[in-house]
Amino acid sequence: MVKIIYVEHTGARHEVNVPDGENLMEGAVQNNVPGIDGDCGGNAACATCHCYIPSEWQALTGERSELEDSMIELADTAQPNSRLACQIKASAALDGLEVHMPATQH
Amino acid sequence: MATQLKDTRITQTLPQGSVSWPLPPRVRPEFANHDKATLESYLASAPLDEVDIADPLWWETDTNHVYFRRLREEAPIFFTHVNSNRHRGFWNVTRWNDVMAVDTNHQVFSSEAILGGITLFDMDSDFIMPMFIAMDQPKHDVQRKAVNPIVSGQNLAGYEELIRSRTCEVLDSLPRGEAFDWVDKVSIELTSRMLATLFGWPQERRRMLTYWSDVSTSDPELPGSPGKEERQGILLGMLQEFTMLWNERVNAEPTGDLVSMLAHNPATRNMPPMEFMGNLVLLIVGGNDTTRNSITGGLYFLNKNPGEYAKLKANHGLVENMVSEIIRYQTPLAHMRRTALQDTVLGGQLIHKGDKVVMWYSSANRDDTVLDRPDEFIIDRARARQHMSFGFGIHRCVGNRLAELQLKILWEEILKRFDHIEVLDEPERVPSAFVRGYKSMMVRIPA
Repeated sequence: MVKIIYVEHTGARHEVNVPDGENLMEGAVQNNVPGIDGDCGGNAACATCHCYIPSEWQALTGERSELEDSMIELADTAQPNSRLACQIKASAALDGLEVHMPATQH
Repeated sequence: MATQLKDTRITQTLPQGSVSWPLPPRVRPEFANHDKATLESYLASAPLDEVDIADPLWWETDTNHVYFRRLREEAPIFFTHVNSNRHRGFWNVTRWNDVMAVDTNHQVFSSEAILGGITLFDMDSDFIMPMFIAMDQPKHDVQRKAVNPIVSGQNLAGYEELIRSRTCEVLDSLPRGEAFDWVDKVSIELTSRMLATLFGWPQERRRMLTYWSDVSTSDPELPGSPGKEERQGILLGMLQEFTMLWNERVNAEPTGDLVSMLAHNPATRNMPPMEFMGNLVLLIVGGNDTTRNSITGGLYFLNKNPGEYAKLKANHGLVENMVSEIIRYQTPLAHMRRTALQDTVLGGQLIHKGDKVVMWYSSANRDDTVLDRPDEFIIDRARARQHMSFGFGIHRCVGNRLAELQLKILWEEILKRFDHIEVLDEPERVPSAFVRGYKSMMVRIPA
């Protein structure tokens, strides 16, 4: 299990154990973390699991794919550190990762 | 903006075998009558290649599901040849995963208006209306971003109170103990008021927006619909009216409505008139037809499924989940179409460059290899948000959150007021393979 901390826009924190290899959208949805919807089921095709990754974790969470990048760039709330949670897989290296969420998903 | 509208029309030749107007007669077997049982039994046993599922008959009678179930099982990616002289032939993509594969591959599957656009029937080649849903990257992205803020979460919070007060007003004005048309008095009323607000359009003329929406998606061949030339004239009339609004707003301070946003954004402020018209059509149809038909569909489904209606009455907290289930079950736009930009293989089938590829969202939403009991309407369905109705990828519905908000507020307020709303008869459906909707549905609220 990998400890992931989902942080809502309000600052509310949800500490969750996500199975190794599971994507972070599933990790949120399976644990009823509010603020991550995952409408497309993990295809980087809806951007309803939009989140922000703190700079110190970015090297470990990797780069956006082309589709992911297109989807993120269409969101008003896009930032340079935006990712789609469904495209990041839990692994031991990410233990303790803080995933920040926008005020709303679109 | 230029005022010489005709000079700016884009005329392009379609890539291959463009159909000519008027369309040749449609091939269809003779049926003794058009009752649902007869048609469903035909679709259940007819050779797959004998059926033209684009025929409005299968939509007006709500019988198309029988054919799509067979395609999903027997030929999930299937080319329709019958009536090719009317629609050039098209690939049916019917399973969830294949629809997802097409929808997320915008590099290969184009939405471009000049290739025919995003509906099964090509845009009129002498009346191409560019609109951002029918554009590829990069132009699509910048135009979509110009209007995106109006339906973003932050902006919707500001609309919530207005939507609720209007919903209350409309519901409180409904007759008790007598039959009335839910489509006219509720579905059209609520969506046209919202649309007028989004456009900064005069509320007293809101039904013009409904009219233009209906004309945009109407079938010129059907009795009672405007013919091709007449339709173009009506839409040019719409353009003129909106151009007046544009001219008022382009030099004024931004007012936050769609016309003002388009007039002020660098990506859209120099649009040629046909492109302004195209984007108007997109935003009017997108904000009108879809929510309207989900408003009607929801009430219909609850009446058809009394157990679900009882569940809802016992637990109003199910509204939000039910809204997603309504949108799945209705699938207000049955399909989106793409054009292949290169030869490609999809689910083992070779798709040729230039082929028309129709993603049947209505079929993907009934794919039982991905969804649990998809033919059933289940308001407390697990993960109900995972449906195909908004599409996926870069063209995913921009107004989905607004639609959900309108439906959520409507059902919250219905449950506060009415113990029951009774659907009196089968609704009259729209004869269209694109807009899956209702013309009328008679209901009664007990006195």
